[in-house]
Amino acid sequence: MPDLGLSVLLKGKNFARILGGLGVALKISLVSVAISLLLGTLLGILMTWKNPLSRAILRLYLEFIRIMPQMVLLFLVYFGTTRAFGWNLSGELSSVIVFSLWGTAEMSDLVRGALTSIPAHQYESAAALGLSKRQSYFFVVLPQAVRRLIPLSINLITRMIKTTSLVLMIGVVEVLKVAQQIIEANRMSSPNAAFGIYLTVLLLYFFACWPISLLAKYLERRWR
Amino acid sequence: MSNPILTLSHLTKRFDELLVLDDLSLTVHEGEVVVIVGPSGCGKSTLLRCMNALEEIQGGEIRLHGELVSKSSKNLTELRQKIGMVFQSYDLFPHLTVLENIVLAPMKVQKRSREDASKEAMALLARVGLEEKAASYPRQLSGGQKQRVAIVRALCMHPEILLFDEVTAALDPEMVREVLDVILRLADQGKTMLIVTHEMQFARAVADRIILLEAGRIQEEGTPEEFFDSPKTERAKKFLQTFTFERKRLEQPQSQN
Repeated sequence: MPDLGLSVLLKGKNFARILGGLGVALKISLVSVAISLLLGTLLGILMTWKNPLSRAILRLYLEFIRIMPQMVLLFLVYFGTTRAFGWNLSGELSSVIVFSLWGTAEMSDLVRGALTSIPAHQYESAAALGLSKRQSYFFVVLPQAVRRLIPLSINLITRMIKTTSLVLMIGVVEVLKVAQQIIEANRMSSPNAAFGIYLTVLLLYFFACWPISLLAKYLERRWR
Repeated sequence: MSNPILTLSHLTKRFDELLVLDDLSLTVHEGEVVVIVGPSGCGKSTLLRCMNALEEIQGGEIRLHGELVSKSSKNLTELRQKIGMVFQSYDLFPHLTVLENIVLAPMKVQKRSREDASKEAMALLARVGLEEKAASYPRQLSGGQKQRVAIVRALCMHPEILLFDEVTAALDPEMVREVLDVILRLADQGKTMLIVTHEMQFARAVADRIILLEAGRIQEEGTPEEFFDSPKTERAKKFLQTFTFERKRLEQPQSQN
């Protein structure tokens, strides 16, 4: 059996450190996800309104964020704005800002798509029953839109969790950074550590995202 | 006849340049069953949709008990409760069970208690033979069952007038009967109804008055007997001809024996 370099994990507090790194990654992604789901839903609803000005602004925001690589956004916020505006942003806070901006943009487009995919006669039969606009939205349109949104937003959430591996570039010590540090520190004693440690990181990401997929599958079945 | 419920006067409806309803006037009285027939694209469905203010109108007015029905009416949701509508495509809410579909509007719009609304819903479901489907979702029902639920959903709001927009047009032939039977029984109970349909036999049976709509105007109106047996206008004759089939059979050569 080749040496997979897994023994390094058991050395000192290495495994606990990796888990700590995962905690940082999850904290950044989950806070951003929460903000994105909330703001994205609001903006998505706004995007279905007929006001041309708000539509144009939201469209511009969406396209700008979607075209920009996340790494450039991270650099822009962490190195750029702190220098230009003289404020103080930690790496973690910068990450949360960037991921929220990105997630909100993507989420709003998903919400817009889900809302416009509800057939017009659903609005009409709700109206014909005497439901007000707000009631139709709340009891008829949104619940159906949410069901359509689940697979799409789960995809977005797992993408956001995975993309947090970029934040090591602005000095945040998350799971991948910890992994690198451990590998570096043990380069002489166990040169094969790279395989074992990165494999561990892979599994950790898997176990972080898998329950979300399971939850989505469960909700989809329940709400079919 | 008894007192008028719904009055349309000089109704004009355009989709951009296309004139769909042309200065159309019509009064529906309490307890009356009016059936609207006509070739497709003649504005039948649009007419019903206007009555519920689902479409804007460009001229004339619609009054329910003297109250103006229009998209800008302040009490539009109140007026719509009095005008029940059943659509061609059932339009049940797919995320709600049959019972939830029926009690949603009574509870949210009329603020009735869940017990009260459910009790009535179950009684109405029993009347259309769908009691045991109360907990099912629309996707588990056949087209005919969905349409009967849609009728119950409209009935549960206690509307003063019911509008039926080609409610059997999307159904398989064997499902049509069960839905039309429900409507016939409603007519027996004296419900005021406006029905758009392509089922001429049914129209004849259920109607107090038949209206032929073509090119946005009422071309002919009368009792079913008058309309079907002795149509006055050429248009009516021509329209009715589309429902009779004839085959010009060749003379059979005499068999030689």
